[in-house]
Amino acid sequence: MENNIAVSMKHITKAFGTKVVANKDVSMDIRKGEILALLGENGSGKTTLMNMLSGIYHQDSGQIFVGGQEVHITSPKDAYDLGIGMIHQHFKLVDVLTATENVALGMDKKKAKNNRVIAKAIEDICSKYGFDVDPKKKVYNMTVSQKQTLEIVKTLYRGANILILDEPTAVLTPQETDKLFAVLRNMKADGKSIIIITHKLHEVLAISDRVSILRKGEYIGTVQTSEATVQSLTEMMVGQKVELDIERPEIEDKQLRLSVEHLTCLDKYGVTALDDVSFDAYGGEILGIAGISGSGQKQLLESIAGLQEAQPGSSIIYFNPETGEKEQIIGKNVTQIKKMGVALSFVPEDRLGMGLVGTMGMTDNMMLRSYKRGHSIFADRKAPRDLANKVKDELEVMTPSIQTPVRRLSGGNVQKVLVGREIASEPTVLMAAYAVRGLDINTSYTIYHLLNEEKKKGTAVIYVGEDLDVLLALCDRIAVLCDGKLNGIVDGRTVTKEEVGELMTHLKETEVTADDGSNA
Amino acid sequence: MTAATHKRDQLVRMVRRETMPLWKSVMVRLIAVVASLLVAGVIIYLLTGASPIKVYESMLQGAFGNSAANYAQKSWITVRDTMMLLCIAVGLAPAFKMKFWNIGAEGQVLVGGIATAACMIYLKNLPPVLLFLCMVGASLLAGAVWGLLPAVFKAKWDTNETLFTLMMNYVAFQLTSFFVAKWENPIGSNKVGIINQGAQNQQGWFPSIFGQDYMLNVILVMALTVGMFFYLKYSKQGYEIAVIGDSQNTARYAGISVKKVIIRTMLISGAICGLAGFITVSGSAHTISTSTAGGKGFTAIIVAWLAKFNTFTMILVALLITVLDKGAIQVATQFNISKDMSNMITGIILFFIIGSEFFINYKLIMRKKEKEAA
Repeated sequence: MENNIAVSMKHITKAFGTKVVANKDVSMDIRKGEILALLGENGSGKTTLMNMLSGIYHQDSGQIFVGGQEVHITSPKDAYDLGIGMIHQHFKLVDVLTATENVALGMDKKKAKNNRVIAKAIEDICSKYGFDVDPKKKVYNMTVSQKQTLEIVKTLYRGANILILDEPTAVLTPQETDKLFAVLRNMKADGKSIIIITHKLHEVLAISDRVSILRKGEYIGTVQTSEATVQSLTEMMVGQKVELDIERPEIEDKQLRLSVEHLTCLDKYGVTALDDVSFDAYGGEILGIAGISGSGQKQLLESIAGLQEAQPGSSIIYFNPETGEKEQIIGKNVTQIKKMGVALSFVPEDRLGMGLVGTMGMTDNMMLRSYKRGHSIFADRKAPRDLANKVKDELEVMTPSIQTPVRRLSGGNVQKVLVGREIASEPTVLMAAYAVRGLDINTSYTIYHLLNEEKKKGTAVIYVGEDLDVLLALCDRIAVLCDGKLNGIVDGRTVTKEEVGELMTHLKETEVTADDGSNA
Repeated sequence: MTAATHKRDQLVRMVRRETMPLWKSVMVRLIAVVASLLVAGVIIYLLTGASPIKVYESMLQGAFGNSAANYAQKSWITVRDTMMLLCIAVGLAPAFKMKFWNIGAEGQVLVGGIATAACMIYLKNLPPVLLFLCMVGASLLAGAVWGLLPAVFKAKWDTNETLFTLMMNYVAFQLTSFFVAKWENPIGSNKVGIINQGAQNQQGWFPSIFGQDYMLNVILVMALTVGMFFYLKYSKQGYEIAVIGDSQNTARYAGISVKKVIIRTMLISGAICGLAGFITVSGSAHTISTSTAGGKGFTAIIVAWLAKFNTFTMILVALLITVLDKGAIQVATQFNISKDMSNMITGIILFFIIGSEFFINYKLIMRKKEKEAA
């Protein structure tokens, strides 16, 4: 039995500073030829634990054994030498290089081979496990799924027997996820050990052999997947019973709030990102936006927020609930839109790169959208400080103080700060992009609850999401984008996941079948 | 498996610190200064055989005088030069806080100086108050224009401001050479000479306050220092600068016009640097030459960064660097050694101070003894 263990971690502890203990006395094994799911809420220390295996961090105390021998992994290179490879959430690829060149990068000079040999090796790996990689394709031409595949191939080429995947399905469509899982099963059959870090319980149940659960940095236990259920795993993860149903209150009085007509936008490369999209958004409903990432969601929200230029002929009319007037949003910038009296809140996808200022504390972030208030040349910090304290208390933001730079907070807490601020401005239109990405179940439900509260207040909520289960449970209507076009608006109460998935991937109109293999 | 190579842990590991209490970080910096003086002392002794204590004493004398007769005079010159350096650093602070790499302070100071000298030469018959207003206005304007050009190009066409501001320095150098030739006095000296010399003249010279020639320099620069502190920390514009410095995307999201703020901030930054030129020409040098800025435009970048854009901390840093510089010159003459030697000392001290930041941000963990680990 002992030689069946690929990696064994014993009593691993890792702290950041004095306050945050990321991992506390964690001991776990990874067997050869198995898929182990590492499950835990956000901030439970999953990624930190795996970063110690892959040489990014080093444990404060505890031991790691690979193949029965104690090892000290002090750099990613050490990890590779031991056959451990990690596929991070953010891909470590060079955009302007081809697939082959990326694989060749960082190789030992002694082992360096010419591109043809490497291209051949890539093809061998692909055919062995069922990957689909074009060795000559440049990375910037690849879809997210293709980049991920390349990362895995790169890791395999370097001889990894133990693969760690950090949230691999977060950026994939259901179809791409299925393909990834098929490949992972092939690799397992070949005797590789695979650790998959994830929040998505149904994926855990679909792919893994065993599940190890972390909670608040501590190891809770490992169970056989065949004996686990969504409910049992959730309980282990959260430590208490969680209601898994998302509420969807019915609002009688729906007011037209936003009317988008013939909206066409170009992306930064001048390619049409959004093509003649028209829809209405009502106060008192949550309108979901579904679509493969990069189908125009970003341009849609940013057009409404005044951050994206639209092509001639586009129109976004805002129906002001107080004056009853119709206001054209197209052609106005953020400040002008605000001056028109449009009470618009926007939770962007890129939290620290767009929604918040990472180096500032909560107080200074609260004033980001309101600092101009008043005629004084000095900024008022009292109201933002009060708001920061209120958000901290009400949303239970875990932070040493409201002055602590928000980039030091965990992902869930960062999102709470952002959503808290946006809701505090009492919007009539609330847009949220991937509001629960990377968040644990508890925080996700807090966010769903907040969105529902806004809906009850009569706010028009536009929710761009990627998890179809959530979209189907939360939204009143779902607008599905495909390739920049609106491919249908469906009723969230009656539609099935398969129908939405179909709309996401296949345009209804027959005139455009822009299938360049990117979705294949 | 090549586990054999990974059997031993690294000797020393770096771990990032969360935060360090203020007193501790001040201690680390003090220790760094003391350590640097020790190391520099050993090097001085090994290379020249001179007693390090004597050398340090000489450095202090260089900055603050060595006899009752010149304590005050030397100290005031040190203060004057500190103020000059501080003034430029204060001017650079908003630009660097916005992550706009303004390395063109040298040129901005020079054009401010040219503008001041021009007023002193051509408008010397104006009433003093009017003349001063002209000098201040002209130097502010000249510096602002020098800051505006790279800012406009950055805002409109996203040109690289580092290269642009650097090249503006050379334009300013050439411009200064041109005016030095034009205002040459006496003819053939290739110098402007002291402008409006003579007890009866001195038009456009800073007046003495409380009998001190450089008191006005101190008052002006301290006012700027305090003003800039509040501007950056508490004003709405200061907030905009900080947001842009962190993320331009966030700034756009918040409805901040990034272009407008870049241009506005560089106008302020350039204008204050231009004013530093005015303070130098009118308040101490009373002449203009290509060495009027004397590299202070670059040294001020170090001051601004070491102080992390806190203008009050800049006072200390500017004083330290000026004292080191003065001391270095004194050591060179007194011990008859090359000035490079004293520059080395300055270098060693700065190296330790900057290096101490590492220990403030990281801690080192030594490998545990083999027995313990096993």
